[in-house]
Amino acid sequence: MGYVIVLIGILFCAFMAVREKRLIASAIWLAGTSAFVAIMMYLLGAYQIAVIELSVGAGLVTVLFVFAINIAGDEPIPNLSFIPKQLAIFFVLLALLIIGWQVIPLLNIPIQFHQDIGFQQMVWGNRKVDLYLQIAMIFTGVVSMLRLLTDEYQTRISQKEIHE
Amino acid sequence: MNLSPAMIVFLAVIGLFGIGLYCLLITRNLIRVVIALQIMVKGAMLALIFTGQLNSQPSLGQSMALTVIVADTILAVIGLALAVQVKRHVGSLDLKDLSSLKR
Repeated sequence: MGYVIVLIGILFCAFMAVREKRLIASAIWLAGTSAFVAIMMYLLGAYQIAVIELSVGAGLVTVLFVFAINIAGDEPIPNLSFIPKQLAIFFVLLALLIIGWQVIPLLNIPIQFHQDIGFQQMVWGNRKVDLYLQIAMIFTGVVSMLRLLTDEYQTRISQKEIHE
Repeated sequence: MNLSPAMIVFLAVIGLFGIGLYCLLITRNLIRVVIALQIMVKGAMLALIFTGQLNSQPSLGQSMALTVIVADTILAVIGLALAVQVKRHVGSLDLKDLSSLKR
């Protein structure tokens, strides 16, 4: 029963995030989706990942969205897509059909909570390259964001110096 | 109808992926594109953890999901910073206004 409630919560929040006209409301619904995904991760036994998803996905990313929407503004964009909606639905159904064709035979296997070498040993021991990659990604993200957000400021300073 | 937990998780994965992909295909707002990618990536994270459980290697799936969370956050940061810059320089968040080479 718990799984069904969480499933309904995930799909409802994701649907509302897409359907909502205002961007701020979309960001809030996205945070709700993250929270429900974190609960499902907890039900699947991924406790550490659930906590990280809740704090990063529902917390940090939502703050970033609210910050960006406040700066950029919530402008109304005509509800006209590049491709017809029927074609988009066809592509989505095709993608889901291919995924289902590959995955459904696996679903007869019951979910069991196995004990393997442990998450800590896996992250810090067996998959150290992933950690280095994550550090590189965080560094790249911070530098890119600083470069992008300070671009306007630098341009204004250089223009001011030219005028003086 | 009695759904097994595996089927419910699978429905959540394809539901998130489908909703995100549909939004990605039809939207023209830059910030909404980032929201659609976030929804799709959440489906991918659930799928990684789920397949880890199915293959008796939960820690492997979880460690990969951790990497995906980091990549997803960086995607959101860079995507939103780009959207802010596009708004400043072009004056709009509409993807159609970005294709200036067409005119």
